[in-house]
Amino acid sequence: MMNLQQPLLQINNVKKYYPIKGGILQRVQGHVKAVEDVTIDVYEGETLGIVGESGCGKSTFGRAVLRLEPLTEGSIVFKGQEIGTLSDRKLKAFKREMQMIFQDPYASLNPRQRVGDALEEAFIIHTSLSKKERKEKVLNLLDEVGLKAEHYDRYPHEFSGGQRQRIGIARAISLNPSFIVCDEAVSALDVSVQAQVIKLLKDLQEKHQLTYMFISHDLGVVRHISDRVLVMYLGNTAELAPADRIYDNPLHPYTKALLSAIPRPVPGRKRNRVKLEGDLPNPANPPKGCSFHTRCPLATVRCKEERPIWREVEENHFVACHEV
Amino acid sequence: MAELLLDVNNLVTKFKTADGKLSAVRGVSFSVNKGETVCIVGESGCGKSITSLSIMNLLPNNGEISEGSVRFLGQELTKMRQDELRKLRGNKMAMIFQEPMTALNPVFTVGFQIREPLKIHKRLSQREAHRKGIELLKQVGIPYPEKRMSQYSHELSGGMRQRVMIAIALACRPSLLIADEPTTALDVTIQAQILDLIDDLKEELGMGVIMVTHDMGVVAEVADRVMVMYAGEKIEEADVESLFSNPQHPYTKGLLKSVPNVDDRNHQLEAIPGTLPNLNEVITGCRFHNRCEFATEKCRTQSPKTFTVNDEHTVRCWLQEVEQHDESAATASSNQ
Repeated sequence: MMNLQQPLLQINNVKKYYPIKGGILQRVQGHVKAVEDVTIDVYEGETLGIVGESGCGKSTFGRAVLRLEPLTEGSIVFKGQEIGTLSDRKLKAFKREMQMIFQDPYASLNPRQRVGDALEEAFIIHTSLSKKERKEKVLNLLDEVGLKAEHYDRYPHEFSGGQRQRIGIARAISLNPSFIVCDEAVSALDVSVQAQVIKLLKDLQEKHQLTYMFISHDLGVVRHISDRVLVMYLGNTAELAPADRIYDNPLHPYTKALLSAIPRPVPGRKRNRVKLEGDLPNPANPPKGCSFHTRCPLATVRCKEERPIWREVEENHFVACHEV
Repeated sequence: MAELLLDVNNLVTKFKTADGKLSAVRGVSFSVNKGETVCIVGESGCGKSITSLSIMNLLPNNGEISEGSVRFLGQELTKMRQDELRKLRGNKMAMIFQEPMTALNPVFTVGFQIREPLKIHKRLSQREAHRKGIELLKQVGIPYPEKRMSQYSHELSGGMRQRVMIAIALACRPSLLIADEPTTALDVTIQAQILDLIDDLKEELGMGVIMVTHDMGVVAEVADRVMVMYAGEKIEEADVESLFSNPQHPYTKGLLKSVPNVDDRNHQLEAIPGTLPNLNEVITGCRFHNRCEFATEKCRTQSPKTFTVNDEHTVRCWLQEVEQHDESAATASSNQ
């Protein structure tokens, strides 16, 4: 499934800072460092899971990769072409290839637009199909995501959460993209419906050879769907490894803590939790040195001073920690 | 013998809507003992939150308890006047809500809101209440409690706000704590802290806890007993071990199978087809039958009885009849 020779996306040193303005003159007083230096290759046909607590920059990273947010620094090479600095007009061709599925499909659908019309829009903008051909395309799409032809004329409020997410997926796959960012795509759904949607995403991936970047805070779902998993903390990459390895043998103390904090559906088992004290620090004022040292059980003097380097400790297993 | 704290019997909660009166909770019965955690699980819209709001008598204006009884410490809550109820709420029984940002008042300081129940119910003076408030914040693990007393809720992080809510709920040492999805909005690391905290305080105060959740992991972690709800009805109730090791209802089995397993990559996810019915849908027979792969003719026409699996384990499903019948037939034939 994973093709190691073919990086679909090469993301190099991507940074995304948001200015904090203040004072009478609204001058820039500092920056929220949402994404701080991320370098990663995404291979064709794989699912890259991205996990971390809220505020760790995983969603911003996903949006930055699709160029929904201008980059502060860094480069993104998609299928051999640099897109990090492309103008919006030139970017349009790439937007067909790269799509996003959002967490709340209700917020991303126009409540006054029929679902069929919402799905048709992409074809109007990006293709020169006739009205009849477009309708046929949309009906095919509905069928593909498990909705019925009769849903064509309905409004978003007439659908359940799971069905709305299917509409979101239909929109994302309508132009046969090769890369889709799923930002918490199943987090708002109940478990039984969540399982249905995960299955749909997997089926579509197989059918269309899609590459996913699957952003979620739910580590169970991520393990289930991902080939590789990237753990982020406060805008930094903490650990990256094939899914099995990161779950069975996590190296970074933050990954260990995250995994041990998940409640397992096995009653009566005593857990050895790695307890994390306190909350995520403010990303406008991140700690010096390793960003995790304020909550890390292994922190040393070195961690407070020096930022750990992102390095490959074993094949395909990257970690940023002094103590590993 | 465990001491009975709360006894809910045949609770029916209805809502007045444009389509007439709709039942959100349909004849739910359960009890909570002192020092026990009962989890209510089910998908969104199954009536689990409405059950807990009915107990607290905090239903929205168009909702009412139309049948059944709620007995708390021997008193009947459904017949009580509002002013009597107010003496209980926040005092003997308290509630934690899912979204602490909307449950805390943004225009009052944390200190004001934590002093309030102490002054009203315990008749403490301002100074005593303040001292007690700092103590409570310290107890729920909030750093710099003196400073937090004068802060507003928007100045705190999500985990911190949830701790403040817990501190307020626990201010008067309640006998019963109802927690409605207390950790759903929080990250796993913070969730672990909050669940540990609720568990520690339960031990310390000997409270009964009703935890409403949809997360099977949380259930396994905290529950003594579990009640599974579907479309307004209790469909299965059991102690936590037998619910996870020996689930009987097809819906419970489906719920357990649709949770992705973190420890096993090859775990096969099995979704339950379809979605929860709407409140206004008329369903004959078992309310789960149109999503159930084992549904028989009887399931479509007759509402299932409650079958007993063992002392602690009951289930409402016609399949039990077949199984129990088979078992008795098997024993009969082996006797011959």
